[in-house]
Amino acid sequence: MIISVASGKGGTGKTTVATNMALALGEKVELLDCDVEEPNAHLFLKPQITRTEKVETPIPLIDLEKCTACRKCSDICRFNAIAVVGKKVLVFPELCHSCGGCMVVCPEKAIVETGRELGTISYGHRNGIRFINGRLRVGEAMSPPLIRKVRAAADPERVTIIDAPPGTSCPVIAAMNGADFILMVTEPTPFGLHDLRLAVGAVRVLGIPCGLVVNRSDIGDQKVFAYAESEGLPILMTIPFDRRIAEIYSRGKAIVEEMPEWKERFVDLYRKIEALATSRSGASQCVK
Amino acid sequence: MREIVIISGKGGTGKTSLTAAFASLAENFVLCDADVDAADLHLLMQPATRHRSDFMGGSKAVINSALCTGCGTCIELCRFGGINDRFQVDAIRCEGCGVCVDLCPVQAIDFQVQRCGEWFISDTRFGPMVHARLGIAEENSGKLVSLIRKESRQLAEERGHDLIITDGPPGIGCPVIASVGGATVLVIITEPTVSGIHDMERVVDLASHFKVTGMVCVNKFDLNLEMTEAIEQLARKRNVALLGRVPFDPVFTRSMVEGKNIFEYGEQTATQEQVRVIWKKIIRSPSMNPLGIVDFKATIQ
Ligand code: SF4
Ligand code: SF4
Repeated sequence: MIISVASGKGGTGKTTVATNMALALGEKVELLDCDVEEPNAHLFLKPQITRTEKVETPIPLIDLEKCTACRKCSDICRFNAIAVVGKKVLVFPELCHSCGGCMVVCPEKAIVETGRELGTISYGHRNGIRFINGRLRVGEAMSPPLIRKVRAAADPERVTIIDAPPGTSCPVIAAMNGADFILMVTEPTPFGLHDLRLAVGAVRVLGIPCGLVVNRSDIGDQKVFAYAESEGLPILMTIPFDRRIAEIYSRGKAIVEEMPEWKERFVDLYRKIEALATSRSGASQCVK
Repeated sequence: MREIVIISGKGGTGKTSLTAAFASLAENFVLCDADVDAADLHLLMQPATRHRSDFMGGSKAVINSALCTGCGTCIELCRFGGINDRFQVDAIRCEGCGVCVDLCPVQAIDFQVQRCGEWFISDTRFGPMVHARLGIAEENSGKLVSLIRKESRQLAEERGHDLIITDGPPGIGCPVIASVGGATVLVIITEPTVSGIHDMERVVDLASHFKVTGMVCVNKFDLNLEMTEAIEQLARKRNVALLGRVPFDPVFTRSMVEGKNIFEYGEQTATQEQVRVIWKKIIRSPSMNPLGIVDFKATIQ
């Protein structure tokens, strides 16, 4: 079972929900931090990191001895990552999407592949919870390939909880595609609702069942509740604004550990997700 | 032309609410919403659109089943798992590299340019605004950001304005990189939480990577004073100017609900004064006044 926790708008409490649900469920789960631009889950889960590895994406390397400057490589490249200037071939590593096209078309076999660092992936654990996170290299523009590599490290035997990045474009899609359930965390403000609508649109493109957590449920206006009702989106949990929770969060502590009465609520949240993800009616309700 | 780009690393720190508040304090400027992926600034600006354009992004492969012989070349070549064994392209996975298009032996694959979103030039009560909407689940957000920043610049020139205020996207990836290059200053809005400080440090790294001056403002500072001090210490260590502190003030949410900024909402709070001081610090900073002249127009007239 793969649950992706997403939000549209940033700062609504995605990481809080993902980490607390993981801690409440314990042993059988793994937490994948796919918000690789700004990974934060480790700050709350506090895992013991056992291994960190560099992750690369292939980019071309030209053997100028063999190159005849035929331009076939620059012609096929849709991303302007390779250019032939006079007798010289220039590669712009940061523009390359690693499609391998240039290497396939080179008649002189003058292109081999080297790597561009995307970032790192760390592995760890805490109380039997498996933890993996990706961390994009500062200056690297492309996060989806790194997100896909973090996803590839998932253990199918476990319940996988994914902390997805904010937004609705390709990095979020990389963190949601193929999940069994999308849990959207929102807040009842105009910004929260606007971005939630976009995120729900993205989930519907993927056709995955989803449900809502409304965080700081007593601030702002209450329009998100009417929206959820009209769209048939089940609200699986509400978390009222509580300065104590805000303070626990600010210090990097987990709610289920500081306020144990929340543990059962997060276990319950998971039970509801499980029921919705496996029942046909739940799925059709959200997918439309 | 000077451009202030407001970013945060972490989402939800109050970037857009503060950008909207600055709009009440600035003069002769163009507003640009570069958070194209989840644009919210228009909810506070109620822009009246004067001009709308499609944003054409990359292309996607489409296999013509009438021509396809099922030879399997495309499946073998595609590195993104974009083609299934029934020779259909999965638009979500297709990277738009066109390798299959060029190398299909019977030319059965079309490469269709995608409409990835739209962008607008609008009027607001604060002046002109350039904004965009990236299509749902689309790519190329960086390209769209570059486009609307270029349009903002052009519009500012036409109107004789010398200032652009840009609401940037969260994170440090492609749309952020597209927002940062060529900016005059980056105003980094953070919050006193472990994630706020962690993400701010990544944004400061990004600013120095691209050699743009960064400045830091701590929003909701009173939620955790210790953490606020830690942020300020880090800013000093990293040689990033401190703009000041903004308290946790429900007036931000209340005015958002009304579609206004905190100055328009009509409630006098101490927060307004603090935001004013921060704005003055930004606009009078040496980076914004490279010749040491605060009022450049008045000087040359
Ligand atoms: S691998 Fe693809 S994107 Fe990279 S340089 Fe070659 S053709 Fe261009
Ligand atoms: S264009 Fe590239 S990514 Fe898309 S299906 Fe063809 S080979 Fe795959």
